[in-house]
Amino acid sequence: MPDLGLEVLWKGKNFARLLGGLWVALRISLIAALISVAAGILLGVLASRKHSVFSAILQVWLGIIHIMPQMVLLFLMYFGTTRAFGWNLSGETAAIIVFSLWGTAEMGDLVRGAVSSIPAIQRESAEALGLRPIQVFRFVILPQAVRRLIPLSINLITRMIKTTSLITLIGVVEILKVAQQIIEANRKASPNAAFGVYLTVFVLYYLACRPLSLAAKHLEKHWG
Amino acid sequence: MDWGYIQNVLPLYGKAAWLTLRTGAAGILLAAIVGLLCAAASHWRVPVLRRITSAYVEISRNTPLLIQLFFIYYGLPKIGIRTRPEACGILGLAFLGGGYMAEAFRSGIEAVDRIQEESALSLGLTRLQTFLHVILPQAAAISAPAFMANVVFLMKETSVFSAVSLMDLMFTAKDQIGLYYRTAENLFLLVGAYLLILLPLSMLGSVWERRLRYAGFGT
Repeated sequence: MPDLGLEVLWKGKNFARLLGGLWVALRISLIAALISVAAGILLGVLASRKHSVFSAILQVWLGIIHIMPQMVLLFLMYFGTTRAFGWNLSGETAAIIVFSLWGTAEMGDLVRGAVSSIPAIQRESAEALGLRPIQVFRFVILPQAVRRLIPLSINLITRMIKTTSLITLIGVVEILKVAQQIIEANRKASPNAAFGVYLTVFVLYYLACRPLSLAAKHLEKHWG
Repeated sequence: MDWGYIQNVLPLYGKAAWLTLRTGAAGILLAAIVGLLCAAASHWRVPVLRRITSAYVEISRNTPLLIQLFFIYYGLPKIGIRTRPEACGILGLAFLGGGYMAEAFRSGIEAVDRIQEESALSLGLTRLQTFLHVILPQAAAISAPAFMANVVFLMKETSVFSAVSLMDLMFTAKDQIGLYYRTAENLFLLVGAYLLILLPLSMLGSVWERRLRYAGFGT
């Protein structure tokens, strides 16, 4: 059995520190996800009317977000705003802003898609029955749209969690940075620590994302 | 904006863009091959292989590329597997992309009516012939939009290659900003270079998608 460098994990608080690092990443994606879901629903409902100002805004916004790599957006937010406006954003704030901008656009598009995918006859029938527009939305459109929406938004959150791995590159101390610190500190005692520690990081990300994508798949089948 | 400076660093960005394109294209090509093999294994229900590929698809889709790269580049050498940075980037992209491509192809293949396969088999085509000449062409038309979306996605993912010391666009921009504090110029070049690579690619994708829909495929 070759030395896989796994023993480092049980030294001191190393494993707990890794988990703490994962939490930093998860927390950022959760905050951004909350903002995105709230703002995205608002934007999506407003944009679900064709040819409205909001649908044009959403299109342009999505275009920009889709064409640029997340890494570049993070970079622009982190370095660009310092230069352009003199803001001194922390890496964490920059990440939350970028992920929220990204998530709001994507979520808005999902909501718009879900709302407009509901057959017009549903709305027309409800109106014919005498429901007011707000009632039509609340009791007819929303319940149907939410079913299509939930699996898709879970997938979005999973993607967000995976993307948080990038924030180490704008200086946020999260799981990857902690891993590097642990490997560096144990260079002499366990020269093979890089294998065990990076494998653990890999597995932890998998464990964080897999239940979510499993849930999304299950709901899609169940409701689809 | 200092245009003289931009002119000076332009060759650097050209070199970096070429690296991004080269490694991206190689990684995407490999990913497509891996994805096709996985999709074939799940279509034919190859006993053990099917389990392995479905586990692989789950793993590759549920972990970030950056972590995969770190493991390949810094972890694997400790058990004797060494890769050069460029090979590492390509391998990582192929590992990540293989999972996404497998899903794109699998859903395309599943969408082809069973009767197509049954008819082909009853006409005396072998299973391989049926797959290559009957199922795959129809599946390809259905998978095309997902395939192109994956191509753009994977090309964007190359932006983390700088983490394994590949001198790509991100690396060049970061390096130049660190050396000369020319933030505005370098961010401008960075965004411009990515637009130059990604915009045609994504436009190509939508044109192709429209033509397929026009031909009556993929509906």
